[in-house]
Amino acid sequence: MTTTPAPTSSWARARHLWGLRWRMMRRNWSEFAHQMRKHPLAIIAAVVILLYILAAIFAPAITVHDPTRGSLRTRFEPPFWMEGGSTEFLLGTDDQGRDILTRIIYGARVSLLVGVIAVGVSVLVGLTLGALAGFYRGRFDTIVSRAADLLLAFPFLIFAIGVMAFLGPGFGNLILALTFKGWVEFFRLVRGEMMAEKTKEYVEAARVSGMGKVAIITREILPNIMQAVFVLATLRMGYMIIMEASLSFLGLGIQPPTPAWGSMVASGRDYLLTAWWVSTFPGLAIVGLVLAINLFGEGLRDVLDPRLKIE
Amino acid sequence: MSDKFSNKPYLLEVRHLKKYFPIRAGFFRRIVGQVRAVDDVSFAIREGETLGLVGESGCGKTTTARTILRAIDPTEGQILFRTAQNEVVDLAALSEKEIRPLRRDMQMIFQDPFASLNPRMNILDIVGEPLLVIEKMKDRKQRMERVAELLELVGLRPEYMQRFPHAFSGGQRQRIVIARALALNPRLVVADEPVSALDVSVQAQVLNLMKDLQEKLGLTYLFVAHDLSVVKHFCDRINVMYVGKIVESGPTDAIFFHPRHPYTSALMSAAPIANPRIRAKIVPLEGDVPSPANPPSGCYFHPRCPYAEEKCAKETPQLEEIAPDHLVRCHYAHELTLQGVAKPQEIIAS
Repeated sequence: MTTTPAPTSSWARARHLWGLRWRMMRRNWSEFAHQMRKHPLAIIAAVVILLYILAAIFAPAITVHDPTRGSLRTRFEPPFWMEGGSTEFLLGTDDQGRDILTRIIYGARVSLLVGVIAVGVSVLVGLTLGALAGFYRGRFDTIVSRAADLLLAFPFLIFAIGVMAFLGPGFGNLILALTFKGWVEFFRLVRGEMMAEKTKEYVEAARVSGMGKVAIITREILPNIMQAVFVLATLRMGYMIIMEASLSFLGLGIQPPTPAWGSMVASGRDYLLTAWWVSTFPGLAIVGLVLAINLFGEGLRDVLDPRLKIE
Repeated sequence: MSDKFSNKPYLLEVRHLKKYFPIRAGFFRRIVGQVRAVDDVSFAIREGETLGLVGESGCGKTTTARTILRAIDPTEGQILFRTAQNEVVDLAALSEKEIRPLRRDMQMIFQDPFASLNPRMNILDIVGEPLLVIEKMKDRKQRMERVAELLELVGLRPEYMQRFPHAFSGGQRQRIVIARALALNPRLVVADEPVSALDVSVQAQVLNLMKDLQEKLGLTYLFVAHDLSVVKHFCDRINVMYVGKIVESGPTDAIFFHPRHPYTSALMSAAPIANPRIRAKIVPLEGDVPSPANPPSGCYFHPRCPYAEEKCAKETPQLEEIAPDHLVRCHYAHELTLQGVAKPQEIIAS
């Protein structure tokens, strides 16, 4: 810091300070990158996730087949390396003659979208309720906490099946079913952190200096909690994707002919002995994405919030 | 020393301030008792003065300080504050919202500079936050300049403002805390043990800084401390607290050299003398500090007081003016001759 003398004129000084800010941000980022380098698996996972995301975004550009319409003449074509397989259908075709690779690539859209939106809504609801309950306590906290306890008593999948059976299938209902219980974990995390942070002296300092409660929550406390929330959100993303796949497998999630990995696995179930590839490749796609997300989340956790680490 | 301020108006006058914390127990959280943390405390601070509040841990000095700033709501009493417009308002009667515009006039310096700075905010945001939220100084450049000014005022390099609190030492952090307190040009600064978390060598630096700032900005300090040597050099007047009550109040010299309350005397004789040849005649106190949830009868100090008589266990003494500006809460204040801290010339003479 002593290398550059501070300029004296006000404008020059402000620009000088902006420069410092930039350097600081760059340093923060490079420090983060440096920390992440100690977790090579997380880096590989991040690349894999990025590949999935790119595939989902550019699905029409990188595929040649129609994801929803096939031809009966091309039913159960095997993958290209097997006898009778061709490079036209790299991973083979399903019972309706549709290219499986194409459908997997389009299916990534559903999985990623459901994962991101379900986690996003969960974070939004859980964060808001958790921050309010943890900060104000009182009756509101009691009511919301009991509701959270109640929801925690049900296994997630059973609960989601029940909600989907009640609401009927569809994208919006799927998000609703997943977030109906998904917010609880974020609520508990934020509420606990809020209660811990609230007693710290910097919060009292803010209050005594005249800041309002909303400003204290959003400006002072939440930045101290967000890293933990971000880590949990990443770890929960994989779970949400599995839930979506499970519901789709059971026919309660995304409806055919829209390609979703869960329903693709289900559709190949009857042909496992004769055409194993119909179920196997979408299943591998799920495993690959969820594994990558979890590995990335764990690396992120080690770097951003070591307290959450389970030894 | 006290004459210096006698013609100045009162900035803060605390009258019969009480803070009782309820003790709840059982399934229904019924109130089964009360902790009398602050029990009928009255004092006044004149403009530009430094008033020390001393006492053992748990005697209610911190609670008193926080109650005055309404970080804690008082149970009873008045906190009269003279605003910049020369109006006297009772802070105890105001709502959280009504008090907010007055906050800029009274700020706080905290004990632990490691806990009182938000670890996720850099110095610019920490010091600039009151400017943004209270002063509505939206322009970032303007805020930066003001923060730079404040940092220079407390002896820190403005270039450090992009750093986060963890990059600073204890003394530097306390300077940041002071800069934040000064951001809104307060008139009253409540310092809650501002140096007790710091190394001795740094303590002096921070105290000198606070003294300089007082002269430069005309600040009034309410200084909470348990370290007598710090108080002695820093305060114009001193209030001694014991179990939620003020037992003696007077000018610093009078309190140190001519204490009139047995507790003050015991406290003073416990202060170390910076001369190894002098053997302090320590009056050791028997027993422990009584619990403010269950204080003794009469004078709270009587179970430990070497001069206690029957009357002390029965009647609660009142604060009584024994000399000009010197108040004592003791039945026998007139009769007792008590020992204070040895004056430097006495030390040399012996």
